[in-house]
Amino acid sequence: MKDLKSQASKSTTPGKGGLTPEIQSRIGHQLRAMYDDVVRQGVPDRFAELIKKLDAPGGAPQVETDGGSSDNNNGRD
Amino acid sequence: MPLTDSLRDDILAAVPSLRAFAISLSGNADRADDLVQETLLRALANIDSFQPGSNLPAWLFTILRNLFRSDYRKRRREVEDAEGNYAKTLKTQPSQNAHLEFEEFRGALEKLPQDQREALILVGASGFSYEDAAAICGCAVGTIKSRVNRARSKLAALLYVDGAEDFGPDETIRAVIGGSGG
Repeated sequence: MKDLKSQASKSTTPGKGGLTPEIQSRIGHQLRAMYDDVVRQGVPDRFAELIKKLDAPGGAPQVETDGGSSDNNNGRD
Repeated sequence: MPLTDSLRDDILAAVPSLRAFAISLSGNADRADDLVQETLLRALANIDSFQPGSNLPAWLFTILRNLFRSDYRKRRREVEDAEGNYAKTLKTQPSQNAHLEFEEFRGALEKLPQDQREALILVGASGFSYEDAAAICGCAVGTIKSRVNRARSKLAALLYVDGAEDFGPDETIRAVIGGSGG
């Protein structure tokens, strides 16, 4: 068992600043794991609300499009 | 272009990655959400200057990054309270081992110079091309490439170089592999 330990520490270590493909993929994996953790939380309500509110300038409520008449009259301005 | 329904949907769809970018940059969930909010307000106020058909996420990331830059300069001297705040953003706590590894990685990431950190995140996590990342950061493509490389080298040095054992718990397997190589 002692042998195993000393051998392990002697095993080839990557050179200084030498990025082995293994290390590079490990960094990439951890970076994405950290990032995706937040992405998976989706859109918090405060932002959905914010965009909805700003969508109607002057705070005027938008007319709901619930499949009303398709016969739009554009004459009024 | 005017704010159409589809453009609004596209902006909403970009919010999760904007938050992830903001948290990776600032290391602070509350500040990150403020940054995202400010980004959305600016984007909507300047929506006329968005070119239809161009890269919407890149446009939004540029706004956020610039806001962070000016915000960062202002707050540079304030004491950071990143650690506690970041943990709050996690909905589910990872297992303890994974959590430790995660904290270690995040800590190393925060040690990178800001230029390198943002380049690495944009390319390595957000999935932007070098060209898009260069446009977002307002620098040359070659500059982004070298920042990403330096960021990776530095992370490797901080996390992995000094301890071959840190590669994993299975020293035994490593020893066996190493031994058979002769």
